Order: sequence, then structure tokens, then C-alpha cells
Amino acid sequence: MNYLFYLTAAIAVLSTTMVIFHRNAVHALLYLVTSLLAVAVIFYQYGAPLAAALEVIIYAGAIMVLIIFVIMMLNQGDSTVVQERAWLQPSTWVGPALLSALLLIQLILLVSSAPFSAVRAFHYIGPKQVGIALFSHYVLAVELASMLLLAGLVGAFHLARHRKPETGRSGNAN
Amino acid sequence: MQGLLAWVPLLPLIGFLILVGIPLFYRREPPESVITVIGVGSVGIAALFTAVATAAVFWQTPSGVVNIALWQWMQLGELKLGINFHVDWLTLVMLMIVTGVGFLIHLYSAGYMRKDPDFRRYFAYLNLFIFAMLTLVMADNLVLLYLGWEGVGLCSYLLIGFWYKDPVNGTAACKAFIVTRIGDTAMAIGLFLLFYEFSTLNIPELINAAGDPGADREIITIATLLLLGGAVGKSAQLPLQTWLPDAMAGPTPVSALIHAATMVTAGVYLIARMHPLYTLSETAMTAVAIVGALTLLLAGFSAIAQSDIKRVLAYSTISQIGYMFLALGVGAWSGAIFHLMTHAFFKALLFLSAGSVILSLHHEQNIFRMGGLYRKIPFTFLCFTIGCASLAALPLTSGFYSKDQILLRAWEFHQGFNSLWLAGVLGALITGIYTFRVLFLVFAGSEGAASRHCKDANTPAMTIPLAILAILALLGGLLTPPLQAVFGTTAERHPAAWVEGVAIAMPLIGLGVAWQLYRREKKTGEQRSRVTQFWFSGWGFDWLYDHLLVRPFNMLARLNHNDMIDALYKGTAAFSRQLNTLLSASQNGQVRWYLATFAAGSILFLALLVAL
Amino acid sequence: MPIETAPGLEAGILLASTLFCLGLAGLMMRRNVIFMLMCVEICTNAAALMFVVAGAHWGNADGQVMFIFVVTLAAAEVAIALALVLQFYHRKHTVDIDQLNDLRG
Repeated sequence: MNYLFYLTAAIAVLSTTMVIFHRNAVHALLYLVTSLLAVAVIFYQYGAPLAAALEVIIYAGAIMVLIIFVIMMLNQGDSTVVQERAWLQPSTWVGPALLSALLLIQLILLVSSAPFSAVRAFHYIGPKQVGIALFSHYVLAVELASMLLLAGLVGAFHLARHRKPETGRSGNAN
Repeated sequence: MQGLLAWVPLLPLIGFLILVGIPLFYRREPPESVITVIGVGSVGIAALFTAVATAAVFWQTPSGVVNIALWQWMQLGELKLGINFHVDWLTLVMLMIVTGVGFLIHLYSAGYMRKDPDFRRYFAYLNLFIFAMLTLVMADNLVLLYLGWEGVGLCSYLLIGFWYKDPVNGTAACKAFIVTRIGDTAMAIGLFLLFYEFSTLNIPELINAAGDPGADREIITIATLLLLGGAVGKSAQLPLQTWLPDAMAGPTPVSALIHAATMVTAGVYLIARMHPLYTLSETAMTAVAIVGALTLLLAGFSAIAQSDIKRVLAYSTISQIGYMFLALGVGAWSGAIFHLMTHAFFKALLFLSAGSVILSLHHEQNIFRMGGLYRKIPFTFLCFTIGCASLAALPLTSGFYSKDQILLRAWEFHQGFNSLWLAGVLGALITGIYTFRVLFLVFAGSEGAASRHCKDANTPAMTIPLAILAILALLGGLLTPPLQAVFGTTAERHPAAWVEGVAIAMPLIGLGVAWQLYRREKKTGEQRSRVTQFWFSGWGFDWLYDHLLVRPFNMLARLNHNDMIDALYKGTAAFSRQLNTLLSASQNGQVRWYLATFAAGSILFLALLVAL
Repeated sequence: MPIETAPGLEAGILLASTLFCLGLAGLMMRRNVIFMLMCVEICTNAAALMFVVAGAHWGNADGQVMFIFVVTLAAAEVAIALALVLQFYHRKHTVDIDQLNDLRG
């Protein structure tokens, strides 16, 4: 089973790397979906089937569909490959890549020096346990999350409206 | 009857307020006649009230004292001050001089200042001055006196700079104000010291407290010396005398009223008022006497060298006040006040007749351009001669009686021959010389350049005061004020006859010298020898103060042109602005840049964790 | 119910760290706002992975509860962000984030 973990981990890292370097937005998005699916597999391996399912349904499903809508609306894709190529010069990405690499090395150092318990046992936590915790101990947080989603809904509706500047009632609201 | 006395200072104040307030009610400037009635009338009625009160209350009782409490001014802990007046014979003499001579000079001004565009302002200032001066002499506590003291200083400033369009006049006004301020500061410190020591500033209480045998003599000495500082500034004595000659920039009646008859004698009044304190301190008495003696000699010599008729009179005023200080310093209190009174008469007369000369010659003040005027303006000539005779103390004039008293007292005080007496006698000789020098240069000899255009400018408003003052200057010596109740009586002793003889002879010798030297003085010009140039400049005091004080101060001011202390704050501001520029450069609006710095910060933070 | 054959906690943390650093690198190097948005999703996802791994390690349901909240947050965030992107594109007719520097000091 451990080989399966490393394989999926490798797929996740590789496809994520493709996301950040790819020039075509649609392709990049497909790589991102791949990466998310790989992570879902890893969730499953860690004994979290509910998380794996939600990862596939919400992340790889709903959110990615939202992004693809926007890509289509903004006419990204093949036509912008040239532009992306111009924007993604080595001089542009070397610095950020170095910074991130440094950060990663530090994290690895920290993790390797931390005294973890030798127990490699993992606990299977099914949807039932999660549901009990969610609607008993975290019920207030659930309400807050619903408020957040409502605010997101209203905010997105308001922000995305395409108003002509001269007919706008207030100049700064749209 | 006592209520009348309270009205004496209030009337000029009312006059001042009306004159100042006229524009509130009338658009147009009122005619000169109305202003004259208000301005001169208020002082005239005040003089009348003084005379009535004197006749009714004081005439038969030389020791009479009237206290008038108007209202409480302030009360701070132990300090209780009222607008209270204290009137005794000393005050009364001053009242009569200020209102009487003041009224005559007001009347003269109505003629002298005719057709001046600022006629109303002139009389408003003049009335305010009379009010302040009356407050000064009637105050029963030193703070109210100080209020009047500063009030007359202010009016003096305003009137010296009356024709303010000429910057020279403004400079002279500022000089007078600033120089007297030095003395006033000393006086204020003296007041603080007296209050600190005796817990009162009421003059009678203060004198009682100081008379107590337990009183600290050193404090009294220091306080009296500080008060002397104030008196020296106000009365233009050494070393603060330099402002008075320049103060002649004001209109001539102002010079007569403020800078000869009344304000400059305030110092003499102050010391006479506080004389019980001075008698307690031999140091202070000696200081007063020495200041007086030195001043009367220095100013006398300077007067010989002057070419401006008003400056001659200014130096002679300084010199005569020096006599008064000398008298105060040798304990001749009533002699000092007597001389103050006669001086007010004859010096007012001299200034007013000089004013007539100046006006007749169309504002010519240089005596070397005058001459031979006795034929053209005989009345003025007569008045001026009487004034000169009295100033030089020729026998039987008023100045003779008062000056004689001072010289005798100086002789007695030190039991015989002494330097103070010698200074006084020498001063009498010099007085004779410079007085008759002016008289001969202006009125005798051949006609000067300006004399040819002479046109008698006297009006009745001017001749009447001149005539009255001339009579007073001649006969004022008979009006010995009964001041024994204030100053106590001194045993009359008669020194040797030759002492009297010297005092009588000196002015006559001076007259003779002047006759020899200046009777036929050629009106060629103003070539002066080095000595007379030195005297002309007032013994170089202006030069000295300029180099000692004014220039170093200006240099410091120039050095500090950019305000060194301020540079600290400006530097802070500039530093902050630099930092702002630096930090706002980081605020470049690039989201990716922010993100990169955010990441770098995280890396640094984690590096700390790793290293630890 | 322990799963003996599962990968270790370190491996999970390292994977999450790697994914997060990749997302951060992408966020810094891309100028196209849509790519930046995808990178933000990668970062969020890495954090969510961290929660789940830790929860599995300690046998605690809280890890997955947090994962659900993170997903909720990501959904709301992506909705708002996409609306902003649309508005930005309408105003500036570009998707270059460097053009969006009106707040420079």
C-alpha cells in the first residue's frame, strides 16, 4: 500500500508543477483537477473517505467548474499562450522558485528534526463520526460557515454585475 | 468735597474715551472746536476740581490726608489691592502741576496743533496721559502706581511716534519705550522684593513696616536701589538717559508736558514718596545723589554742544532732574519737589516758547539758522527770556529759590565743602552758559537763514498759556508748598555767607561767559572741536550702547537667523519625511511583490525556528 | 480501527509542505490572475491535507471537520475572487495583476 501512497504523491506533485508552469489555462486547470484527485486518493489512504469524497465532489467538481466558466468568459486558453509565454520568463520565475524552495527546505528540516511518535498506526474515521462532531461540537461553526457562504453569494452577485460606469449610482461601489 | 478728588483722574479718562469713541457714533470727523472743548475741557475741569479741593480741604490743614477707596482691584492671598487714592500735600503738589500745567499745555496745543489731520488722536493720547499720570501720583499702593507708571510710558511712546509716517520718529519712540523698560523691569523686581519681605504693597503700610527696627536693612537697600533703577529709567538719568534727547521727535507741546514737566519727574516723585525707605539706607541715598550729580554735569556739558533748540532743552531737562536727584540724595525732599514744581513752570514755558519759535520759522529747529528774532517775535522773546532766567536761576526768579535750597542743603548735609555741592555749583555755572547760549543764538545777533522767513504764529490759545507760565516762572518761587507734614521739618541752619554768594554768582558768571562767547556768534555752521563733538553726541553713550548691546544682539540674531532650536524639530520632520519616502517606495502596489516579501518574512521566521 | 500499512505522518506533512510551496511559487511567478487563483486553490488544498493527515494520526474527527470548513471557505473565496476577476477584466481589459497597482505609495 505504501507504494500506492508514493505513487499518488508523485502524481500530485508533478501535476501541481505542471499547473504552475503551464501556459494554457485550460490545460493547467486539467492538471489541477488531476492533482486534486490524487490528493483525494491520499485522503482515502489516510482513512478519511468522507474527505476524499468531498475533495472530488466540491473541489474537483464544483470549484473547478466555476473556474472553467470564468476562463471561458474571459476567453483564456489557446489565444493567450503567447502572452503567457512572454509573462513567464526565467527571470520572472527563478526568484520566486528559489524563495519557495528555501521555504520547503526549511519545512523539511523542521519536520525531520521533530520527535514524532513511532506509532505508524492510523485511525479510520468514517462519515458518521465526522457528522457527529460537526453537528454537536461544531454546530456554531457550521452556522458561521453558512453565513460565510451567504455573504459570498451576495458579494459575488454584487461584484460580478457588469454596470456601465456612467450609469452607476455611486462610483466606487461597482 | 473729597469726592471731587476722585473725579480728577476720571475726567481725563472720560475725555479720552469720548475722543476715541467718536467714530462709533459719527461718520464724519468732528470739527476741531468740539475736540478742543472735550480734550482741553476735561483737563481744565480736573484742574478746577483740584483747586477747589485744595482750597476747601487742605489749605488750612497742611497735615491733611484724604483716602479715597474706589473699589477692590484684586485679592490674592495676602495681596489686597484696591483702586484707592491717597492724597496728601505731596500728591497735591503733583496734582496741581499735572492738571494745572497740563491744562495750559493742552490749551497751547489747541493752537499749536491746529489743522493737523490727527487732531483728535493727539488729544485722545494727551488725555490718556493725564489720566495715567494722575493715577501714578494718587495711587495708594505701588501696583496701582506701577499701572500709572506704565500708562505714562505707553502714552510717551505713542506721542513721540505721533507723526509715525517718518520712520525716525518711530525709532525714537521705540528707543524711549525700550530704554525705560529696562528701568521698569528693575522696578518690578523691587516691588516683588518689597512684597516678599513686607507682605504688603500699600505705601503707608509699607513705610510703617519698613520703619520697624526688626526690618531687614539689606533687603531695604536692594529694594530701594531697584526702585532707583525704575526712577533712573523714567527720569532719564545716568545711565539710561539716552532716550530723552531722541524723544524730542514728538510734537513740541508733548515735549513740554511729558518730557519736561510731568512724566520724567515721576522718578523724583517715586523716590520722594518712598523717602522713609531711602533714609534707612545710606547706600541708596548716596547712589541717588551720585546719579544726580553725574547726570547734571554730563547733560549740562552736552547741552552746550547741541545745535537743535529742542535737544538743548532736552539735555537741560536731564540736567535739572539731575539736580532733583541730587536733592533727594542729600535728603532735601521738599527742595526736590519744590524744584520739580518750578522746573515744571519754567521748562514748560521754555518748550512752549520754543514751539512758537519753531512754528514761526516753519519747523526750523537748528539754532544756527536762527538769530535776531527779538524784533520779529517780541512776545515769544520775552517769554523765552523769562524761562531762561528762571532755568539759569538768576536771582528772584522761581528757579533761583528752588536751586538755592538744593545747594544749601547739599552743603549742610555733609557739613561743609563736598564734591556733591561742588558738582551742583559747577552745574549752575554750566546751566547759565548753555541757557544764555541758546537765548543769544536764537534771539540776538544777526539774522540767520531761517529768520528771514519768520512769521509770528502765535494765536490767543498759545499766548495765554505762555503768559500765565511766564508769570508762574517768575513768581513761582513764592509758592513754597507746605510739605513739612510729609517730609518732616529740618532745622534751618545758615551756612557761611560766601556759600550763598557762590550760588548766586555762578549763573551770573555763566551769563557773562555766554555773552562773551555767543553774542556775536557767526551763523556759519557747525564745525565742532573734538570735545564739543563728544559732548554733542551725549558723551558717546549712544555709541557705547550700540556697540555694547545693540550690535552683539543683532549679531546673535543674525547667527540664529535660521533658529537653531527649531532646526531640531525641522530635522525630526525631515527625517520622518525621508523614512516616509523610503517606506512608500516599498508600497509599490505590486501584489506579487507583497507576496514575495511575505514569503521572505516567513522564511526568516522559520529560519529562527530552525536555528533554535 | 488502526490501519497498519498507512504512510507515516512525516510523509503526509512533507507532501502538504511540498504542495504548499509549489502553490506559493506559482502565486509569486504568475501574472495572470486566473493562474494565481488556481495557485491559491493549491495552497488551500495543501492546508486541508495537513488537517486530514493530523486528524488521522491522532484518531480525531476534528481534522475532517476542519477540512469541511476549509472547503467551504475555498468555495466562498473562489466565488468572490472570480467575481473580482470579472470586474477587473471589464475595467482594465487585461488579466495582468501588475496592472492593478493603483495603491502604490
